[in-house]
Amino acid sequence: MSYFVNDKGYYGDFGGAYIPEMLYPNVEELRQNYLKIIGDESFQQEFHQLLKDYVGRPSPLYLAKRLSEKYNANIFLKREDLNHTGAHKINNTIGQILLAERLGKKRIIAETGAGQHGVATATVCALRGLECVVYMGEIDIARQAPNVARMKMLGAKVVPATSGSKTLKDATNEAMRDWINNPVDTHYIIGSVVGPHPYPDMVAIFQSIISEETKKQLIEQTGNDQPDYVLACVGGGSNAMGMFFHFIEDEKVKLIAIEAGGKGVDTGFSAATTFLGKEGVLHGSRSILMQTEDGQVVEPHSVSAGLDYPGIGPQHAHLFKTGRAEYVSITDDEALQAGLLLTQMEGIIPAIESAHALAYLEKMTFTGKENVVVCLSGRGDKDMDTYMKYFNL
Amino acid sequence: MSRIKELFQNKKNILSIYYTAGYPGLNDTINIAEALEQAGADLLEIGFPYSDPVADGPTIQASSKQSLDQGMTLKLLFEQLKDLRKRVSIPVLLMGYVNPVLQFGVENFCKACVEVGVDGCIVPDLPMVEYEELYQTVFEENGLSNIFLVTPQTSPERIRKIDGLTNGFVYLISTSATTGQQLQVSGNTEDYFSRIVDMKLNNPTMIGFGINSKETFDKACQYANGGIIGSAFVKALDPNDLNGSIKTFMQKFKQ
Repeated sequence: MSYFVNDKGYYGDFGGAYIPEMLYPNVEELRQNYLKIIGDESFQQEFHQLLKDYVGRPSPLYLAKRLSEKYNANIFLKREDLNHTGAHKINNTIGQILLAERLGKKRIIAETGAGQHGVATATVCALRGLECVVYMGEIDIARQAPNVARMKMLGAKVVPATSGSKTLKDATNEAMRDWINNPVDTHYIIGSVVGPHPYPDMVAIFQSIISEETKKQLIEQTGNDQPDYVLACVGGGSNAMGMFFHFIEDEKVKLIAIEAGGKGVDTGFSAATTFLGKEGVLHGSRSILMQTEDGQVVEPHSVSAGLDYPGIGPQHAHLFKTGRAEYVSITDDEALQAGLLLTQMEGIIPAIESAHALAYLEKMTFTGKENVVVCLSGRGDKDMDTYMKYFNL
Repeated sequence: MSRIKELFQNKKNILSIYYTAGYPGLNDTINIAEALEQAGADLLEIGFPYSDPVADGPTIQASSKQSLDQGMTLKLLFEQLKDLRKRVSIPVLLMGYVNPVLQFGVENFCKACVEVGVDGCIVPDLPMVEYEELYQTVFEENGLSNIFLVTPQTSPERIRKIDGLTNGFVYLISTSATTGQQLQVSGNTEDYFSRIVDMKLNNPTMIGFGINSKETFDKACQYANGGIIGSAFVKALDPNDLNGSIKTFMQKFKQ
């Protein structure tokens, strides 16, 4: 069985390009060119040079000793939090900006939830001198003020999405509308492994640097590039797909994707898509999404703005349906506690998104021999407000 | 002969009106259809609302949201349209996004359309290749027309393919834009319309998006079999005087 995209843009039952005709030329241009451009030697050289000198890659694979003792396993943290701009998001924006340049685009648009992808996009636009417009839900703008300021300082225009529920999904709608209205000179940098084909594949390829490095680092540190478990949190699922990518075909490696359970899967305030969702179409691809019986998209809830999305990428839907990866959920409370635990045991303040992945370690049992890799997708600076309120700091 | 075919054979300068089902009042759907026919509309596009309408501008987004908030669903819409053919004789299309159709079930959807006397649909985010592979047979078995969109950026080969798959009309989008923006008939737009005219398609054509005045409607009729008005009509609906506002709006186009 293939876990990767086929020539029609599908992963099993999921994927495709469910887009209005107005977007067809843009998406088709991308589909016809992305593999060619990414495969080009000059692209690869420039991409890797920037990842090294600008982003600061490779990101360390850190054996967290005290955490390992606590859980009775070798817990390795893939330190995407140490990247420039503080999360894995920049791997993708570097790749897409180089691609946009090669397609001759002059203007960049993006959507953002917590603001991490917006900041990563504004950053690469500043780096390359391209116009940047970031769509962000009005509610998210209010709760992520520091990231809004960062984007503005980087020269981006931040446009509030005031439609629908005024959060990430609506910011994505607004970005798509912008692209419809600006079909020729604009490239849309989608921040996750969602959207019409080829976006899920393209973003996964750019993020796959995470697992590519991890395999090399595991060999260096353990002599074996097959960990027993790989854990990552899933909103749309880009850090997880990057973390899983080079392990997917090695079925001995157990892949665990951690969704945001919010206040609890059954409370009505959750973003646990595989538990609460059904198959359907959102933002241009067929996947699993949270929706009403009538097919209206339901607003999710998570304490973490980066996981507050009602769907998952189509490749995740495929990994879920085939059972290749296990999808579990962690509540807001569990994630925040895990964030505090990592801070106090290892001196690392994680993003609340990443804290969801860490929290799942509590629910696993080990024999002392297992090698476990957890993707620490981002740092917690942006979440200090939430941590402060929750823990009365 | 189908109602759509008959309309295009017998009439020029066809005036088609789009409106959102369940808006302004949840139960206004059928009354608006009836009032529109009486006021001279030739063809109706009834929008079934979706929570994430990416091809639509602010007016239709807002009407969709209000309709959903008031409790509109596809199931309810088909109930509201139960007596459609007792009250309305012009062709009626349903227009909306693919996800509600998938959840309703494509086959159930087609059957329900036929049952109430809907003549076809427009599903902007249902791609041609998916339609061909999975849905064409069901649509055709039920005698439903599926209308595809063409934009100024659509290639000639693709337009031919769309023309081959359609059996109602080809929906020409005036400019690459979301709904509800003013049509600017520049040299480029005229070139695009002329290019389509020169292609001599098998299907009739209708021009939509940005048509909001007699002037823009006449422009559409110059190049196509007619024009489609959506946002401008939805904006003009007055919940306190539904019939009056419909009459006043339609008079502008019937002079």
